[in-house]
Amino acid sequence: MNDNNYKGYRGKALSVLKNFNAQVWSDAEIITANCNYKGIILPRSETADSFHIVIKLRVGYNIGIAADKVLDIKIEGRKEAHYKIPEKEFPTSPNKPKVKLLCTGGTIASRLDYRTGAVIPAFSPGELYSSVPELAHYCNLETEKLYGVFSENMGPEQWIGTAQAIGREIEKGVDGIVIGHGTDTMHHTAAILSFMVQNSPVPIVMVGSQRSSDRPSSDAALNLMHAVKTAAESNIAEVMVCMFGPTSDYYGLLHRGTRVRKMHSSYRSTFRTIGDIPIAKVSRDEIIPLRHDYKQRRKDRNVIINTSFEEKVSIVYYYPNMKPDIIDSLIDNGYKGIVIAGTGLGHVNKPLYPSLKRAHEKGIAVYMTVQTLWGFVQMYVYDTGRDMMELGVVPAANMLPEAAYMKLCWALGQTNDPAKVKEIMLTPIAGEITEREPSNGYLIYQGGLPEVEEFISKYVK
Amino acid sequence: MKEFIFKSFEEMTGKDYETVGFKSGLEIHQQLLTSKKLFCRCPAGMYSEKYDAEILRHMRPTLSELGEYDGTALMEFKTKKDITYRINRDTICTYEMDDTPPFLINEEALDIALGCGMLFDCSIVDELHIVRKQYLDGSIPTGFQRTAIFALNGKIPFKNRQIDIVQMSIEEDSCREVSDSGHSRIYLADRLGMPLIETVTGPNMKTPFEAAEVAEMCANLVRSTNKMRRGIGSAREDVNVSVDGGTRIEIKGVPKIGRIPLLTYNEAMRQWNLLRLRDELHKRKITKDSFSAKWEDITRLVKKVYYQPVRSAIEQGLSVKCVVLSGFAGLLHWQTQTDTYFSKEISDRVRVIACLTNIPNIIHSDSRGENLTSAEWLNIKRAAGATDDDSMVIVWGNEIDTDTAVKEIIIRAKEAAIGVPSETRQALRDGTNGFERILPGPDRMYPDTDLPPTRITSERLEKLQVNLPEKFWEREDWYNQLAIPQDTIRELSISKFAKLFKYVVNEWKINPTLAAVALIQYPKRLKRNGVDVALINEEMMREIFKAYKDGLLSRHGILVAVRKSIVKGKFYSELLPKPVTTKEIDETISAVKEEMKSIKLFDEENTAKVLMGLVMNKVRINVEGKIVSEKILNHI
Ligand SMILES: [Zn+2]
Repeated sequence: MNDNNYKGYRGKALSVLKNFNAQVWSDAEIITANCNYKGIILPRSETADSFHIVIKLRVGYNIGIAADKVLDIKIEGRKEAHYKIPEKEFPTSPNKPKVKLLCTGGTIASRLDYRTGAVIPAFSPGELYSSVPELAHYCNLETEKLYGVFSENMGPEQWIGTAQAIGREIEKGVDGIVIGHGTDTMHHTAAILSFMVQNSPVPIVMVGSQRSSDRPSSDAALNLMHAVKTAAESNIAEVMVCMFGPTSDYYGLLHRGTRVRKMHSSYRSTFRTIGDIPIAKVSRDEIIPLRHDYKQRRKDRNVIINTSFEEKVSIVYYYPNMKPDIIDSLIDNGYKGIVIAGTGLGHVNKPLYPSLKRAHEKGIAVYMTVQTLWGFVQMYVYDTGRDMMELGVVPAANMLPEAAYMKLCWALGQTNDPAKVKEIMLTPIAGEITEREPSNGYLIYQGGLPEVEEFISKYVK
Repeated sequence: MKEFIFKSFEEMTGKDYETVGFKSGLEIHQQLLTSKKLFCRCPAGMYSEKYDAEILRHMRPTLSELGEYDGTALMEFKTKKDITYRINRDTICTYEMDDTPPFLINEEALDIALGCGMLFDCSIVDELHIVRKQYLDGSIPTGFQRTAIFALNGKIPFKNRQIDIVQMSIEEDSCREVSDSGHSRIYLADRLGMPLIETVTGPNMKTPFEAAEVAEMCANLVRSTNKMRRGIGSAREDVNVSVDGGTRIEIKGVPKIGRIPLLTYNEAMRQWNLLRLRDELHKRKITKDSFSAKWEDITRLVKKVYYQPVRSAIEQGLSVKCVVLSGFAGLLHWQTQTDTYFSKEISDRVRVIACLTNIPNIIHSDSRGENLTSAEWLNIKRAAGATDDDSMVIVWGNEIDTDTAVKEIIIRAKEAAIGVPSETRQALRDGTNGFERILPGPDRMYPDTDLPPTRITSERLEKLQVNLPEKFWEREDWYNQLAIPQDTIRELSISKFAKLFKYVVNEWKINPTLAAVALIQYPKRLKRNGVDVALINEEMMREIFKAYKDGLLSRHGILVAVRKSIVKGKFYSELLPKPVTTKEIDETISAVKEEMKSIKLFDEENTAKVLMGLVMNKVRINVEGKIVSEKILNHI
């Protein structure tokens, strides 16, 4: 007997269902001592208990019935869900730019598997067109499913594969690339792609959603429209993250791939450019640059793909009372690079010094970033900073810890020579290090202040 | 179809309602009295029109679990509204804004709900599953309401029969609409997320008045727990109505039970008249299949008309379109409800779906009012290719909205040849109702994957059972036997003092009328004098009754004791009037007798009575009359 017929059920509930031959999707009447329930027997979440049977009542509500109360189940038919997103042919027009959507996973256009909460993605242009028909205004769309992984499961294999796919598409002549990605690690992927894909002649736009598209108020459709418009029409040939500016359905922001970070676990407007300002603002109708120093779109196809990658690199998020064994274990496990997110201007406690020295002597590249996220590492201000530099810890300017991590993986993938690694690390490639932090690069308004509240009341959030 | 013409509301009899096959069911919404909201920890029940920020959202339909789009969802998508939420930072957190996943369900609210389920003799579900019920009108920023059935299959007794309680659900309340005009709708979010229960009855009510009576019963039953929120908007009814051959129509958001009879009468009439309209269409050989309509852009033709709405549309450069409904001549003026005609059904759809919200939004050739001149109509008739047998409907607005409007006009006219379309309708002030949206089906329900199912244990239910009130109708039977004042019975039966009443009457043998008056009338009397009677609690009243029972307080002293206790927040024995000694009574009597010497009594026989009255005026709150009268007898 195929277990799929009793999907998700275990123990008591499974044996009761089997006893009455009541498979999932059965249209059934479940009889108990005090009530009869008519509806469709649904699969059960694997994480739920083994005592209840889930039924979708005729009115559409779900309830769980205790399996040990069931006296009889009468099967009246079967109604299996078919998750097919209707497909409509994506209209093409010779005048419209050609955009390639590469999907890595995430919830950009999808519907939900009610049972596990997993997302069933819409990938084909036809599915996307039936979900977000507005996309056809902007471009001729082609899609390719590279991976189907959750954001947290992205890794070197996927990063390298994505960079190579970008290279292929650029050579084939696309006018822009959109990458669908889960939001949790979107800024990690944005950073590594900024290093692996250089000199791109076209926009490379990463996009996702904070509310999955099975919800009516999802940000997915609008994010996708913004991203596709950017890829098709913008003059910005960089790796960018395109997500909501405010929480309202209003406009998106284009963030530079190396300076962006997810800053809230659930807000729609979670992505923020750190220590600088975004490149541009994008709405359904227009793209408004906020700065002009971005790399321009070109006609040529001279992209450089460099997918070097060293996996034995770690980030250490320093905390007071950290013991040296944390560093020692990295050394002993053969790590080649360590990025420290230090306190303040870039500090760790003294007990770590001997281990840092040992790391340096073993040729391990150790770079310092700041856990304050905003601001530069400055190791000259205090003696302790100078001491650490003598131990071989290299200040990484204002690189975000995640960007520094990705860059160190990439640099160590190219060479083991500490001097060369240092040269790669400290030479800005894609805005990961800036010469200066503009005064509006750090704006976290404090709620509660009258002037801030006044500002908030004037603009939609 | 039976020959029957609706009479006026006052003239309709039970027999008439039976003739048309009137059936009504209720969905009763009642907010729960909790300190916090249902799925977040925001304070409950803090309402204010004040807001300090706005959020803009749009709603898109999504596929259901069974892979289908819901009808309502598609309708709402056609309307493409900008939805603005006005939020106040004190009452709205990132959850209601849909920027944070839900927190676990408020257990206090669930307990109250489960108690109500047991009061209705329902089966309580073994495992609670939260589902998302889609609302694409934007009334909830997520686009769905989190809701769960917790009880099924209950009943209440009514007139020697039984009203079915089909299901009860616990859900979060939605926003209040501020305005809806064109493509912009504004909501105030202060009510959003409040816990409420919805009780659904079977379609068991046979007249509009029965519907109101049952609504009252259901409301009283849950109120008898004293865990329902009171005040404006805290209780709302949706009323379902159908007649033979008609369709179950849901009238949404009836704020007062008293309005149910007229509303349901008008809806029954509307359905009956729509069915008669269908018969008329069939007589004219217009059926679902033979129905035909066409339309024409007549912007060019009406450039010079005088009729103000069309004229200003022309001035704004908008389009004007004319729909020709073949064979419909005269039928747009077919009566549907009191002073309401079929053209209103069309106008409503144009307003809601095509977002042409400025009324009038259509004119038609069956109209008896002033609009176009006959020459202008003739001109349009020729251009649109209409005949004398046809009706013409004219609509104006921007190109896209008038396209939608033309389609909707044709859809609604065609539906007339089929019967009564499935809709939800809004209650209007004059007792009629207007189109709100296409009736949503079960396809708009989705499981909420953000929250785990909650097991409801029998231990939990047993604990709740202990504190449940008796059925208020059982209490009323007992009160009638006790012969307490009629005007205290209903209120006492659902009062928070009902248990105390039972105790003091049964255990302390306190006079039932005295107890009922003290518990129900006194607070009212004090309230009229500006006393905050919300501060009266069971403990306070229990102590006062105890003092009375122990002879420390006279019958007349009770009211004074209640008032004083409210000021102090509690009943203290120091608040008791100083007990009067026998000696003091004697002294008072002597003093009064002295006073009486100067009074000439008309009838000497009355001396004792007058003396009693005067003495009681002085000692009333401290001593029982019985004691005084005995003393007086001794004195004379
Ligand atoms: Zn909240």
